[in-house]
Amino acid sequence: MKLAVCVKRVPDSEARIKIGADGSAIDGSGVKFVLNPYDEYAVEEALKLKEAAGTGEVVVISAGPDAAQETIRTALAMGADRGVLLRCETLPLDPLPVAKALAAELRDGSFDLVLFGKMAIDDSSHAVGTMVAELLELPCVSAVAHLSVTDGSGTAEREVEGGVEVVEFALPAVVTADKGLNEPRYPALRGIMMAKKKPLEVKEAGLEAGGLEVVSLSHPPERKAGRIVGEGAEAVPALIEALKNEAKVL
Amino acid sequence: MPDVLAILEQRGGTLKKVSHETLTAARHLADGLNGEVHALLIGAAEGSGDGLGAFGADKVLLAGDEGLRDYQADRYAAIAASAGDYPVVVIAATALGKDLAPRVAARLSGALAADVTEVRYEGGIVVTRPVYAGKAVYTLKVTGSPCVLSVRPNAITPEQSEKAGTTDTMKVEAAEPRAKTVEVKQPEKAALDVAEASVVVSGGRGLKEPENFGLLEDLAGALGAAVGASRAVVDAGWRPHAEQVGQTGKVVSPNLYFAVGISGAIQHLAGIRTAKTIVAINKDPDAPIFKVADYGIVGDLFEVVPKLTEEIRKVREG
Repeated sequence: MKLAVCVKRVPDSEARIKIGADGSAIDGSGVKFVLNPYDEYAVEEALKLKEAAGTGEVVVISAGPDAAQETIRTALAMGADRGVLLRCETLPLDPLPVAKALAAELRDGSFDLVLFGKMAIDDSSHAVGTMVAELLELPCVSAVAHLSVTDGSGTAEREVEGGVEVVEFALPAVVTADKGLNEPRYPALRGIMMAKKKPLEVKEAGLEAGGLEVVSLSHPPERKAGRIVGEGAEAVPALIEALKNEAKVL
Repeated sequence: MPDVLAILEQRGGTLKKVSHETLTAARHLADGLNGEVHALLIGAAEGSGDGLGAFGADKVLLAGDEGLRDYQADRYAAIAASAGDYPVVVIAATALGKDLAPRVAARLSGALAADVTEVRYEGGIVVTRPVYAGKAVYTLKVTGSPCVLSVRPNAITPEQSEKAGTTDTMKVEAAEPRAKTVEVKQPEKAALDVAEASVVVSGGRGLKEPENFGLLEDLAGALGAAVGASRAVVDAGWRPHAEQVGQTGKVVSPNLYFAVGISGAIQHLAGIRTAKTIVAINKDPDAPIFKVADYGIVGDLFEVVPKLTEEIRKVREG
């Protein structure tokens, strides 16, 4: 089974975000970058599918700066076979140019299944995976929390507000992974050592600019400091009073 | 024809509340562009555009057949992309909208501004877009045309704006979806979704045992609220991921948010920043959650929450 997983290098979710001097991007210095958490589920699922098939290849593809090679190596250390970096200095906020570059890379790869995380936790566009599927005219299920693949077809479940959609599709296809799909493995020391020797091809991404122009990037307004209405159950009436008459939300 | 297409969302033939927010955002842009708002309602054939004129729809396009009762992603995308020559498409960033918006953008080869919280026209389309789960906020000019905007639920206040709301039926070609929704499983207990609810009651480690979430379910019941959870308790398997609030869960903007036994990790605080009123109940007076809460009670949640539930019931009944 031939599988591709598209991944992104993102700041760790616990990172404090500083705005850069030009006010249009974050200051990445001192920030810990990681493999996007949702992409870990995608990598894990690809590895499990390859293991179940008994044969195949898992290719990890990322668009990003040179430093994204580390991100690809993390996925290789988990067990993926080889990597491709579509190099670009910065990624546009508009997701379509990235989707086009990935689609071009994937188009002739004869992959049975292409996996993404459902979104990257930095820009949370929730878009690139479904866009790639549309560009390649492939069946696609996004935000998948349960997946089964057998004999050229698959069934996926995705959580929606107040229910779960069960979706059937034929391969080749694209799925984007939600939390709950699996428990990603940690790279073992042996995996980390082996990952260093696995092939990682670097190409220029040649991205279009996209249709969004940054006016500014700022921190959200600080929430006004609130107050402690009291201690213990005795404080409940004061809280109710404040919610009813001050905040007017009850 | 600088008209704006507003893709509305229905479930089981009932229009979702968030559709009025979508229409309001579309109306603002159409007024700036001097165009009309055309509301697209995709679903089973019995769909009705009644009342959409009151929220600013000049025209309602009904597109449907029996096979479109449930969300069929690529068919919905094909219909939306062929509805007309629209420079702007607006949709709610719900589970459906988050899937559909990028598909439509890809088919139109347009720009996508996803999950925006403000939309305005200032000689061009300008949007506000939180990133890093709300730790930073972009103000963006949408230069691409056509463009698709998905709007975060609860971020825009619906406004009435009386328009004609005339109904047109759009011809839909029968097709087999590439990926087919064959079933929508309903949970045994209908639960409100944290991203949609106007009141959310979330619990964390402070609840000590998964069984103790019963206390929060009682409080949520009294408030008509959704139950949410911190990452710690979701990772521990106490609660389903659908309930997780924060950067790796859902970003929420309810009117009222209760954080119960949640200390307030950065990624959780990022996910609740746009809530209108935050209440924290925690035994640790130094918990970071109190720095963002509008109202706090320091104390044992096992005493505070039952009392709170009781008092809320009195308010609601009185």
